[in-house]
Amino acid sequence: MLAEETHRHDHAEPETQQEVLLRVSGLKTQFRQDGRTVTAVDGVSFDVRRGETLAIVGESGSGKSVTAMSILRLIPSPPGEIVDGEVLFDGKDMLGLSDEEIRKMRGSEIAMIFQEPMTSMNPVLTIGRQLSEPIQVHRGGDRKSLLAKCVDLLRKVRIPDPENRVKAYPHQLSGGMRQRAMIAMGLGCDPRLIIADEPTTALDVTVQAQILELLKDLTRERGTSMILITHDLGVVARYADRINVMYAGRIVEQGSSGDIFKHPKHPYTLGLMSSIPRLDQPSGTRLTPITGQPPDLSNLPSGCPFHPRCRFAEDRCRAERPPLTQVSDQHWKACWIDVNKP
Amino acid sequence: MGSYFIRRLLALIPTLIIASIIVFSVVRLIPGDVLDLMLSENDYSATGHDTREQLERALGLDRPIYMQYLSWAGNALRGDLGNSLWRNTSVTSEIAERLPVTIQLGVLSLIVALTIAIPIGIYSAVRQETIGDHVGRTFSIIALAIPNFWLGTMVVILPAMWWGWSPPNDIVPFFKDPLENLKVLLLPSIVLGASLSAVVMRMTRTMMLEVLRQDYIRTAWAKGLPERTVVIRHAVKNAMIPVITLIGILIPILFGGTVIIEQIFRLPGLGELLLQSVSTRDYPIITGIFLITGVVVMLVNLLVDMCYGLLDPKVRYDG
Repeated sequence: MLAEETHRHDHAEPETQQEVLLRVSGLKTQFRQDGRTVTAVDGVSFDVRRGETLAIVGESGSGKSVTAMSILRLIPSPPGEIVDGEVLFDGKDMLGLSDEEIRKMRGSEIAMIFQEPMTSMNPVLTIGRQLSEPIQVHRGGDRKSLLAKCVDLLRKVRIPDPENRVKAYPHQLSGGMRQRAMIAMGLGCDPRLIIADEPTTALDVTVQAQILELLKDLTRERGTSMILITHDLGVVARYADRINVMYAGRIVEQGSSGDIFKHPKHPYTLGLMSSIPRLDQPSGTRLTPITGQPPDLSNLPSGCPFHPRCRFAEDRCRAERPPLTQVSDQHWKACWIDVNKP
Repeated sequence: MGSYFIRRLLALIPTLIIASIIVFSVVRLIPGDVLDLMLSENDYSATGHDTREQLERALGLDRPIYMQYLSWAGNALRGDLGNSLWRNTSVTSEIAERLPVTIQLGVLSLIVALTIAIPIGIYSAVRQETIGDHVGRTFSIIALAIPNFWLGTMVVILPAMWWGWSPPNDIVPFFKDPLENLKVLLLPSIVLGASLSAVVMRMTRTMMLEVLRQDYIRTAWAKGLPERTVVIRHAVKNAMIPVITLIGILIPILFGGTVIIEQIFRLPGLGELLLQSVSTRDYPIITGIFLITGVVVMLVNLLVDMCYGLLDPKVRYDG
């Protein structure tokens, strides 16, 4: 295990490929507008193994969605551009594929589930139509078998009365139903990787849990890998095997769920944790928000980009940007400080 | 849907009444009245009246205007729009004779405008900032800047000067000989359609750009759909909703355009009749034409409203 972890960042050992489904290394995505360049993702590396759920956590603007979009090359260009890095999916170089080849990967091998099911579904097409499209394009089939498949998918995501719901338009469904339909859309072609971008942000708390349980069940059942993108560390705790914490376009802490929750090493992760309410804390304990604003990506602070908001910051933090270094077996952090030191 | 349609039709009635009152009185307020014209042209001999008063009484113009309106409206309800003051022919039959030409010119112009505008608008948006986009936008600016009366005049005059050819104006009914009919009407329709296409094209492009930025388009890409499907199935249907509204607004403008184009191409349509009647102050004809076009415009707008339901499933007519 140790060998695998060390090589995740300079990927030299081919035998670990067996387990790894997606390997992202040194990914760098920039946006250019009016002569300004914003680096939204700056040298991000991580692996997703078969059957596991990897969470990418961060505030808005931390680059988590752009990372996900870059994998499928869905960054609108211009103004966006993937300037550096490598994305290997099952050994296939995603960034080197032709437009037609990458199109065939989208929806069939790697599916995306978006946030905001209100705006992510086409208002003028029926649920059935939108559900059957990826299947039709990637797998083929006649109207009748597609319709049957759609009904099946809706049943699988536990939408009641699927026979009638296929004929409905998005506005006729509730938010939770739409999100389920969105998930069904992603599952249509039995993808090997699902990228869920804030799948529950727009929903009520009770519905959130249902949706996440559903996603977990479905991925476990099929052995599908998942990248779960969220700003909510609370969501991640139960559903992710491993966690990437992102800040200002970089991974600042990486590790298994247990490591991150029990022994957070980065002050930013610590900040995220103390801003979630917990039942096991004595009543009257106040939530501590992270002070300050997320950084302006086109004008990052010197050194560690988190230092202006960090209560541990030292002179070194202001001068030098910390690299991602190993803390323990599977645990990495990008910080100069030992937060456990009294 | 049915009851909505009926309610909308009923709502047209007060609109029509107000419009007819305005039209009826405004026409009679134009300076220079028909009596002066007739007397100065010695045309009264034909009607056999010697004095202005006699002529006025004979034409029924001596009664108070509201009495004239009421009797006109009463007749109009029975389908009789009165007689021409000069020719003593029935206004209804004169309009009936010319209406098909104008309607065909209008419909054809609209078809020309839409077949030019919508594909170019979509292309311009999908290939934003490419040469194709710039060519399309340049075309639309030019079409917007050139008044159709100038373009029409050039189309008539230049071939006549160069080759001694001018566009034919003998209209054969479309269903009798479509080809001969189109030979006459296609050119004026293109001239009229070109100016309309500019507006529609710009609207289509703007709306497409707007729609292409929507989340559901990103979803469509993420599903691995080919570009054609993303653009045509997912974007165009959404982008067309405001374009349809614009087309509704363009219909009265289109009618204004036919008046000019019919004049230039010497087509025997309503516009030509209208212009001629205005210059001779033939009140019943002017009023009749305004009434008919008013009804047509209102019906087309109703039709446009019904079209929303086809495009946008959120529109329901049963509320």
